[in-house]
Amino acid sequence: MNPKEEKVKIITEEFDENDEDTGVGSQKKTSKMARQKRKKRLPAAGPEEMVSENPHLGNQPEPLQEDSDTRPLSMTTRRGPRSLPPIPSASRTGFAEFSMRERMREKLQAARSKAESTLLQEIPTPRPRRLQSPGEKELETEFGAEPGEEAQKTQQEDDSQSRSRVKFRDSVRKIKTKPPVPPGFPSAEEAYNFFTFNFDPEPEESEEKPKAKNRDGTTQEEEEGEEEEPPVQGIHKTDEQLLISATEAEAFLWGLDHAAADFVAVRPADYESAHVRLQMEKELLFVPSRLTVPTYKKLPENVQPRYLEDEGLYIGTRPDVPRTCQNIMENRLLTQEPGRRWFGDDGRIVALPNPIKPFPSRPPVLTQEQDFRAELETLYKKAVKYVHRSQHMIGSGDSPGNFQLDIDISGLIFTHHPCFSREHVLAAKLAQLYDQYLARHQRNKAKFLTDKLQALRNAVQTGLNPAKTHKSLDTTQKTINEYKSEIRQTRKLRDAEQEKDRMLLKTIIKVWKEMKSLREFQRFTNTPLKLVLRKEKVDQKADEEAYEAEIQAEISELLEEHMEEHEQKMEAYRAAYQQWKAWKKAQRAKKKKKKQAVEEHPEEEMGEPYPEEDLVKPVPPEPTDRALMEHQVRERAARSRRRPGEPLLVPELSLAGSVTPNEQCPRVEVLRREDVKRRSIYLKVIFNDKEVSRTDSRPLGADFRVHFGQIFNLQIFNWPESLTLQVYETVGHSGTTLLAEVFLPIPETTIVTGRAPIEEVEFSSNQHVTLDHEGVGSGMPFSFEADGSNQLILMTSGKVSNSVAWAIGENGIPLIPPLSQQNIGFRSALKRADAISSIGTSGLTDLKKLAKWAAESKLDPNDPNNAPLMQLISVATSGESYVPDFFRLEQLQQEFNFVSDEELNRSKRFRLLCLRSQEVPEFRNYKQIPAYDREIMEKVFQDYEKRLRDRNVIETKDHIDPHRAMVAKYLQQVRESVINRFLIAKHHFLLSDLIVEEEVPNISSEGSGILGLSLFKLAEQKRPLRPRRKGRKKVTAQNLSDGDIKVLVNIIRAYDIPVRKPTASKFQQPSRSSRTFSEKHAASPTTHSPTHSADYPLGQVLVRPFVEVSFQRTICHTTTAEGPNPSWNEELELPFRAPNGDYSTSSLQSVKDDVFINIFDEVLYDVLEDDRERGSGIHTRIERHWLGCVKIPFSTIYFQAKIDGTFKIDIPPVLLGYSKERSMIIERGFDSVRSLSEGSYITLFITMEPQLVPGESVREKFDSQEDEKLLQATEKFQAECALKFPHRQCLTTVTDISGKTVFITRYLKPLNPPQELLEACPNNPQATAELVARYVSLIPFLPDTVSFAGICDLWSTSDQFLDLLAGDEEEHAVLLCNYFLSLGKKAWLVMGSAIPEGPTAYVLTREQSHYLIWNPCSGHFYGQFDTFCPLKSVGCLIGPDNIWFNIQRHDSPLRINFDVTKPKLWKSFFSRNLLYPGLSSVQPEELIYQRTDKAAAAELQDRIEKILKEKIMDWRPRHLTRWNRYCTSALRHFLPLLERSRGEDVEDDHRGELLKQLGDYRFSGFPLHMPYSELKPLIEAVYSTGVHNIDVPNVEFALAVYIHPYPKNVLSVWIYVASLIRNR
Amino acid sequence: MAAAGPSVFLLMVNGQVESAQFPEYDDLYCKYCFVYGQDWAPTAGLEEGISQITSKSQDVRQALVWNFPIDVTFKSTNPYGWPQIVLSVYGPDVFGNDVVRGYGAVHLPFSPGRHKRTIPMFVPESTSKLQKFTSWFMGRRPEYTDPKVVAQGEGREVTRVRSQGFVTLLFNVVTKDMRKLGYDTGPSDTQGVSGPSPPPGLPL
Repeated sequence: MNPKEEKVKIITEEFDENDEDTGVGSQKKTSKMARQKRKKRLPAAGPEEMVSENPHLGNQPEPLQEDSDTRPLSMTTRRGPRSLPPIPSASRTGFAEFSMRERMREKLQAARSKAESTLLQEIPTPRPRRLQSPGEKELETEFGAEPGEEAQKTQQEDDSQSRSRVKFRDSVRKIKTKPPVPPGFPSAEEAYNFFTFNFDPEPEESEEKPKAKNRDGTTQEEEEGEEEEPPVQGIHKTDEQLLISATEAEAFLWGLDHAAADFVAVRPADYESAHVRLQMEKELLFVPSRLTVPTYKKLPENVQPRYLEDEGLYIGTRPDVPRTCQNIMENRLLTQEPGRRWFGDDGRIVALPNPIKPFPSRPPVLTQEQDFRAELETLYKKAVKYVHRSQHMIGSGDSPGNFQLDIDISGLIFTHHPCFSREHVLAAKLAQLYDQYLARHQRNKAKFLTDKLQALRNAVQTGLNPAKTHKSLDTTQKTINEYKSEIRQTRKLRDAEQEKDRMLLKTIIKVWKEMKSLREFQRFTNTPLKLVLRKEKVDQKADEEAYEAEIQAEISELLEEHMEEHEQKMEAYRAAYQQWKAWKKAQRAKKKKKKQAVEEHPEEEMGEPYPEEDLVKPVPPEPTDRALMEHQVRERAARSRRRPGEPLLVPELSLAGSVTPNEQCPRVEVLRREDVKRRSIYLKVIFNDKEVSRTDSRPLGADFRVHFGQIFNLQIFNWPESLTLQVYETVGHSGTTLLAEVFLPIPETTIVTGRAPIEEVEFSSNQHVTLDHEGVGSGMPFSFEADGSNQLILMTSGKVSNSVAWAIGENGIPLIPPLSQQNIGFRSALKRADAISSIGTSGLTDLKKLAKWAAESKLDPNDPNNAPLMQLISVATSGESYVPDFFRLEQLQQEFNFVSDEELNRSKRFRLLCLRSQEVPEFRNYKQIPAYDREIMEKVFQDYEKRLRDRNVIETKDHIDPHRAMVAKYLQQVRESVINRFLIAKHHFLLSDLIVEEEVPNISSEGSGILGLSLFKLAEQKRPLRPRRKGRKKVTAQNLSDGDIKVLVNIIRAYDIPVRKPTASKFQQPSRSSRTFSEKHAASPTTHSPTHSADYPLGQVLVRPFVEVSFQRTICHTTTAEGPNPSWNEELELPFRAPNGDYSTSSLQSVKDDVFINIFDEVLYDVLEDDRERGSGIHTRIERHWLGCVKIPFSTIYFQAKIDGTFKIDIPPVLLGYSKERSMIIERGFDSVRSLSEGSYITLFITMEPQLVPGESVREKFDSQEDEKLLQATEKFQAECALKFPHRQCLTTVTDISGKTVFITRYLKPLNPPQELLEACPNNPQATAELVARYVSLIPFLPDTVSFAGICDLWSTSDQFLDLLAGDEEEHAVLLCNYFLSLGKKAWLVMGSAIPEGPTAYVLTREQSHYLIWNPCSGHFYGQFDTFCPLKSVGCLIGPDNIWFNIQRHDSPLRINFDVTKPKLWKSFFSRNLLYPGLSSVQPEELIYQRTDKAAAAELQDRIEKILKEKIMDWRPRHLTRWNRYCTSALRHFLPLLERSRGEDVEDDHRGELLKQLGDYRFSGFPLHMPYSELKPLIEAVYSTGVHNIDVPNVEFALAVYIHPYPKNVLSVWIYVASLIRNR
Repeated sequence: MAAAGPSVFLLMVNGQVESAQFPEYDDLYCKYCFVYGQDWAPTAGLEEGISQITSKSQDVRQALVWNFPIDVTFKSTNPYGWPQIVLSVYGPDVFGNDVVRGYGAVHLPFSPGRHKRTIPMFVPESTSKLQKFTSWFMGRRPEYTDPKVVAQGEGREVTRVRSQGFVTLLFNVVTKDMRKLGYDTGPSDTQGVSGPSPPPGLPL
């Protein structure tokens, strides 16, 4: 019975059992079920019929038979392996059975298809079924069943077995997949449950169904088959049934009721406690542990883990798997049976190397949906000729095949071959020995050495002969000694050689004898080899004599040697003996002292106290025994030398012997010979691992030589990397074997065809061959002896004679690739000098470094990826190749140079481009560099070249004073270096430079910081009803051009303008025409009356001032106002031009131009000659008289953005024709406060339109030598201060001129002012102080921002400042403060802001009761409560030992208290928390002042005067400029006076004097006072006064210059300019 | 003069900012400007432009189509500093604030012909999570001080950016006298719009 049937029976068995188990009740159940079934069948008849009817028809008779059949069998097979699926096989069941099954299957099929159809129906038509009548339903299901039937029909045609297979497999699978199957087999009950529970979740139905089925078809077999399929069907059916025929069901149920009560046991739902379930789960489930598995578990017992990596094998990196996952996996594997095979030798899970590449190798592709058509489009691509990789290619430009390698293979000789017979082996040996002999004979070393020995002996002989010595004795001795030692050496060598010769000869003879005996033994000859020993007769007598002489000579030499040795030994002996004697004496002395009677044991006595010094009496060396020596010599000679009289033996090997013919040989030998004949040999020529050609196959000769004699011409294209010959052997027709590979060297380039020698290259193979004939085989032990001892193992080996050479072309040129290309070749390059270029172009250059790097980076030497690198390194470090010790960057650069360097440098365009990219100032903004050299003008470079040339040449033309020139040069250099530094810094970007980002709202900071507040702002109205003023939009200077920027000057008003002096009153005879226009109008007709001075103040206009603003030579002026306190309220607009059109920040910062605000008095002169015309016409001339000026640097405007305030007008000390007294008298009445200060004031508002963003200060963090703690403290201090008063200046550290951060107090230190100044007024400290301040103010002012573009305040020390003679406020203030400190004043540096400078430094001094504020740049001082003090706010005070930050509510000096001792008002840097550490000063110990050269000053003075005069004449191109020499000299005398009195209180005297001298001139003029730095500011100042603008025809000018030299080359310059008009 | 040999060459570019792919955003407009070296000068056409606001198309492509024309002519003596077009895209965020949605730049194609370029767009990232939140909340995202920064390499190392989307540009390039001055830019290797455009964003 086949397994399938078995299976069937098993299942039926189960059912039978079930029935029996359930007992009698089942019978009733079946009846009940039958009823139900029938009921059921009514509504859904169609399908049901198909299922149920068929079995009724056909299966009825069967069951009994079947039962009886199966039962006994099933009993036996019951416990068989159930889990195995039934193996379907072609069963040979009986027909009856078959038909029965067939029917049943059909039924089953029908049921299945029905279920499917119902399902199918349900899905696409979600119609509510409940509404359907049963009839309709029936129809529908029938229709639905039809396709199923059809399918069934087709299937019927199939092999029936396959269907049954399906069926039963299904059933079995179900059994298998039943979830809680215990490992055993299912019990009957479980099987029952399985079947019942599987159909239907409803317990009642499921209970009933099988019973019904049982009843239906009594054969269990059918039931079983059917039961698998209908569950779905059943459910549907029951559902529908219940719904459709509710009334029927009711009646039906009534009938069932008690039956149900009888048969259905109502039980509570099964419940297993969690504990039990856990127990059960534990049995079933396995949770692998996460713990690490100890290694021993993973490995077989007693096996230590092996770490292959440690053993040097390469293991790739394993894929990264978390440790816990690995542990789980390992634990899981361990529980499985063959788990261990998953573990490697190292106890880890076997894993392949990580296949994931660290970076994607596929180029990123952007998917574009719209481009789908593009992919289908055909692209035209031009055909490209395939180019070989040039690295291995030779002469890529030349036609390929230009190079040729000739390989000549002449033949092959085997030195051993498996087919060798024993005789052959011996013959080969003999041949080898004979070759050796021949070689030795050719060299004949013994003879050479003998000759040498002879020569040496002769030399010694002659050297010893004193008659011939013409050298000094010791040198001769020395040479003789050298000779002797050489003789010794040579003799030894000769002996050895002779011995070898003799040994070789002996061996040859021995082998020959062996061979002969072998031939005799085997009674045939295989080899034609024959050794003939030729004897050469010698003259015995002469020979003997020579022999004897030789021995004698040797003996004598040896004797000599020994004598020498003996001498030495004797010497040593004597010394030792002396020592011993002394010791002995001492011993004896001791002995005597002790007087011991132990005489029987003197040794002991001796030995015991001195065990360490075991001196034995030295033995004198024995003299050499001549006889013994002679014996030795003779013995040696006998051994190594031919005995005298013995004939010379010359072996000659010839092939003259006859080989025994085959028929006389034994069978084995014949076999061997035949075997040899069957063999043939050929060679393959392998070039660069490719076979290029092969020789003809030649039979192996009986002498194991193969002659080829073939020449191969290789037309090569690639650089030869390897050249190999492969030796192949063919045995008969069976096949070829590769015997060996012969590697041929690539020939040197010098070797060309014809000159190449034939070389023999040996080869050998490790092939093992055993032959069944006389052949000795290969790699197999064999022996010549009969007893098998003395075994030999020989390997197949041989020699190939060949020659390799470069071919020669037709015209005699060798066809060798050029050398430069060889270097590019890979392997060859390694062998050659330049190993670098071989690695490739990328520039792995220094091999040593490379090796070092490889060692450092711990490259895995076994990783195949690193193999080439490792090889390279090993080659490089082993020293086999020459490693250049130079470093070559871009070794291929030469190749890319399309033009030589000189030519490149000559190119003007290239130069221009270079200079521009270096940001050289002249070329930084060069636009549109021409395309051709010829279009570039030579003069483009002229300025630049001139500057370069001038860098070291001090140009005195502009500066006049050589010292200034030097300083200017120095300053220029400092500036350049600083600029370079900033240029670099400019290329460093911060995030804030690139990205505009909202600040993180900071809760702690005041104002807008709080997050809540800013959120609150969101709710603000977008357009508030009362808008607040917003700041102007700032423009970054990038897209600006000329004319975009304007400087707006709003001139509001002025105070205390000097008024004209009532000149008329002073003149005795006033000129009529000198009356001013206004005067005339205002005055009564009685102008000339002496009383008019009395009513002068009443109605007369004293002055008619207007303001003229000049900037960059553009001039604007206001209208004319009247009176000394005019109010203009006018806005002037001046265009701004940046230098070179460069509106970058750095360029704007370095604009040095000033805005001059000049105040003029407009004077009208009546030019009428005749009073009579007065009635009919007015002829007046307007003249303007300069009254004063205010100068504001553009940089100040740029950084301040706006300047708003009242400024003191710089009025010359002497203003002829004007005075202030008058006005003071007038003003005093109503404005007492203002009149307190002297001078005139003007209120201005200056700004720029649009507002430019001032450059940021350089953020470069400078290194510092300050203590780190101190630096941290400064940062903290500054942060704290900034938190409280963000707008107050707080300075703790500054940058010195070398770019280092320095703590600020280090700058303050008492420094001595020039002695000269101190001596000026020794009794008046106030006057001294003023003088010192004046001295400081005379040092020219130069803002740092101008000299050092980019705002970077560099602080120079006072000595540097004095040397440079230029600096800005800080330097002035520091110097002044230091002077004051040395004068014994209490002085501080005030950091604050002033107008117009902005942030600046002033000096504060404390006088007895009050404080004085000094402006260090002007030398003026102000009281604390002076309203016109330019200092507007005070940020901090700096003393020599502390810093105080202003924490008062106000910062105006008027409203603050300067008492720094009050901690509530001033926050000090050093306090109790941080004590002043006593910082040393950066200032020098004292300042050294040189007296200024008076003569030089005088010379300068003359030159300035001359230049200014020329300038004035230049400015008046249309008029004649006359110089009044008289006046000039008068002025010149007056200027020193002014200097002495510092411009005060001299006016009246001066005026009087002038009037006296120049009575008939109308005179207007003023002295200008300036510190001297350069000529240009002087010229500008003179120009701005507008003196030259007078175009009265008869005007005359006077100009005087006076320079007063102060120490240290500080020059005070006075320029007196005046214009004179002669009164008529 | 002109016959003797030109001293400048001309580069005439017209085309359009075709469309964009910004998967998350809508209602965007874009600005463009050019960045070029010192040897370059525009001779005709507009150097800057702001496009209309466009909405996403309703189909699957969800493209933002501007078709905003570009027309500019440069003259130069030196290919160094070849002009780049810098694009910046803006649009409203959830609160209605106008925020930047992307910056991008690409060199103008140097070979004559028709070229299509798809350039990736990116925006600078906030420096911290908190700032990211506040900037999102306040509608003031980090922006470049000057969009032209994206056409330069200098200073970019201090910024971190995030990619946003793509903008497709179409250029029709005509050059004059390039060859006469010795610059052979060669003909375009494919005629017309090439099939798969070169890897986008690759400066050419």
